[in-house]
Amino acid sequence: MKAETALLGTAGFAGFLVLCEAVPRTGILSEDYFPPVTRIADALVTELGDQAFWTALGDTLTGWALGLAIAVTAGILAGVLIAVTPYLREATASTIEFLRPIPSVALIPLAVLLYGTELQSVLLLVVYASFWQVLIQTLYGVQDVDPVADETARSYGLGTWARVRHVLWPTALPYIMTGVRLAAAVALILAVTAELVIGAPGLGRRIAVAQSSQAVPDMYALVVVTGVLGLLINVGARTVERRALAWHQSVRGEVAV
Amino acid sequence: MLDVRGLKKVYEGSGRRVEAVRDLTFTVDAGELVCLVGPSGCGKTTLLKCMGGLLTPTSGEVLLGGRPVSGPPPGMAFVFQEYGRSLFPWMRVRDNVELPLKQKKLSPSRRRELVADALESVGLTDAAGAYPWQLSGGMQQRVAIARALAYEPDVLLMDEPFAAVDAQTRADLEDLVRGLWQQRGITILFVTHDIDEAVYLGERVLILSTSPTVVQEQLKVDLPAERDQLHTRVAPRFAELRTHVYEQIQAAKRGKAADLEDVKDMKADAPPTH
Amino acid sequence: MKNLALRLFFVLALPLILVIAWWFASDSSTDVYWPPLHTILTTFPDVWTGERLSDDVLPSLLRLLAGYTAAAVVGVALGTVIGSYRRVRAVCEPVLEFLRAVPPPVLVPVIMLFAGIGDTMKIAVIASGCVWPILLNTVEGVRAVDSVMSETARSYGITGSARLRHVVLRSASPQIFAGLRQALSIGIILMVISEMFAASNGLGFTIVQFQRNFAIPDMWTGILLLGLLGFVLSVLFRLVERQVLGWYHGLRDTSRRSS
Repeated sequence: MKAETALLGTAGFAGFLVLCEAVPRTGILSEDYFPPVTRIADALVTELGDQAFWTALGDTLTGWALGLAIAVTAGILAGVLIAVTPYLREATASTIEFLRPIPSVALIPLAVLLYGTELQSVLLLVVYASFWQVLIQTLYGVQDVDPVADETARSYGLGTWARVRHVLWPTALPYIMTGVRLAAAVALILAVTAELVIGAPGLGRRIAVAQSSQAVPDMYALVVVTGVLGLLINVGARTVERRALAWHQSVRGEVAV
Repeated sequence: MLDVRGLKKVYEGSGRRVEAVRDLTFTVDAGELVCLVGPSGCGKTTLLKCMGGLLTPTSGEVLLGGRPVSGPPPGMAFVFQEYGRSLFPWMRVRDNVELPLKQKKLSPSRRRELVADALESVGLTDAAGAYPWQLSGGMQQRVAIARALAYEPDVLLMDEPFAAVDAQTRADLEDLVRGLWQQRGITILFVTHDIDEAVYLGERVLILSTSPTVVQEQLKVDLPAERDQLHTRVAPRFAELRTHVYEQIQAAKRGKAADLEDVKDMKADAPPTH
Repeated sequence: MKNLALRLFFVLALPLILVIAWWFASDSSTDVYWPPLHTILTTFPDVWTGERLSDDVLPSLLRLLAGYTAAAVVGVALGTVIGSYRRVRAVCEPVLEFLRAVPPPVLVPVIMLFAGIGDTMKIAVIASGCVWPILLNTVEGVRAVDSVMSETARSYGITGSARLRHVVLRSASPQIFAGLRQALSIGIILMVISEMFAASNGLGFTIVQFQRNFAIPDMWTGILLLGLLGFVLSVLFRLVERQVLGWYHGLRDTSRRSS
């Protein structure tokens, strides 16, 4: 069964590649717009041999990782703080509900004014977008703490921080991991967006340059690279999530928020 | 009414071969209430699903009114054990009961009539506008029974319908089923692992062996037609019958240890998961 | 009564404090990038009424609506087909996983090649970015239809389109809505950046124009408007979701209470 699935998947992917080769070759779509896979592969090989490509990849990953790290730290800290401080949850609910859906791309003009094409521009967008994912999941996780467990801890004289450490954190962890996984995907989207639209150095800017200089196969090659990057991040985040929660009897599903 | 002839079902998957039902032959007459009992994991559900046309037997056949069953027949209704998963949570009680009727191309007025009648028979007229999950477990199973009744089946198949409700509710539901059977003259095949329930409800009890399943014994229940929880269950004849069924099932279990080592950790009630 | 007042206090207190803080902190601001809040607020009605509303805001919203609707229809339809057949799913899954992983904004330059910089391009960008979360969530939802439910449907002769409408899609609807929600935020992002990248009208275009011309208070009103738009769309979405998934939330609350 497993072998069959893998086989079918491979066949599906091979078929997809053949289709992408055949469609431009047979002239259904113009080669100018949609180069055959082999030409994209050529361009990809050329890119991989280019030092500038690796610099761009490094820039994108730096923006992504730094932004994600800030967002995760801030999201967890804010979430726990809101949870353990009396009344803070009620008081912040409406503000969070208002700020969360604000599209982070709205901040693009501000980022341009304040930081130009510097890394900070990327960070502003990445952090704003991924912060909410972590915060919301943390709040859900904290809400899930069993009141009986908390009462028990309290009755044994555990202080606030001991309770955070031994009761709240283990309960909330699965949710937080989900938040981190979602945030990792969103962070990549925003990092590439910032580079593409603002012109901060990275893969996004390289795509924009390739597009404006009509280097179509290169552009596709770079799009493929961002796709692979996204795939690795998704798979990686899922693996980390599963590893970190292996001890947990029920790896919880995503909270629909 | 219902003929099961030489029924055999073998599950095959990922190199394992599980013979859930070996060779079953029995008949159920029109208007009869027959209970099937057997040790847990003896392929009762497999048998019932083959009869309901939800599974295709490996060999043998099921005849409904003389015609072979090859897919869910229109004259048959199914009541599942898992009422919570069998009722559609996005539909109100009324719509749950009505949905199968829409497939039967009945007129809206006829549908409304059948729905109202069925809900009244199970005492749930007031709950028509509620969602199933707003009701207790016992009430949800009543909704599932009402859905089956409104479908106007000749044969009603019930797969351990009361295994998941509490004892008090269970007694009420048993009386409900007997009452409905007497009023409506439907043929009912009732699967259970509860010996008392089988003897209390059935006109006849079929005792199945452990998996791979055969009919161990057929027993006529010679209790009076009018039964009630208080008196029937303490009648000496009831005690005799239930003791007999109990001994038969124990014998069936011992038989398993002798020749069926190869499938002992396999639950044959459900198809092996792949 | 007292309870209601308390809740109202909690809802309003922090937002009011923040607005007041912004108001006073920026009141005497001479920093060009951080104009006083009262300047922004008095600029707002001048900027976003009349022609701007019909020439920029409306076209943006219509493009978003068109792209999002197309993505929803295609995503749910394809997702239902793929989710219903195990083999089709096995064939498609790796390709879909890859396509979903491509950050949607890079679609803007790609689709510009095919569709130029007109409305078609923007609608295509929005649709092709929104379709993946909807598609993949539909696949998941359709795949996970409960076995007892589908046997119930089969034994009562509920097959074909009735099964699809009353059983499969309804049972998958919580998942489908999760996908639609993700797609909505992606759609707004794509609406804005497709206009920032290449356009002659629209919200994103106008806001970037303000920024390039150093019309800073106007730019701020644009940011506020986008924020407001995101908020309003999410409220609308939630209203629709409450309506359609009322049963699901009820069911979940019930099982949570009893567990």
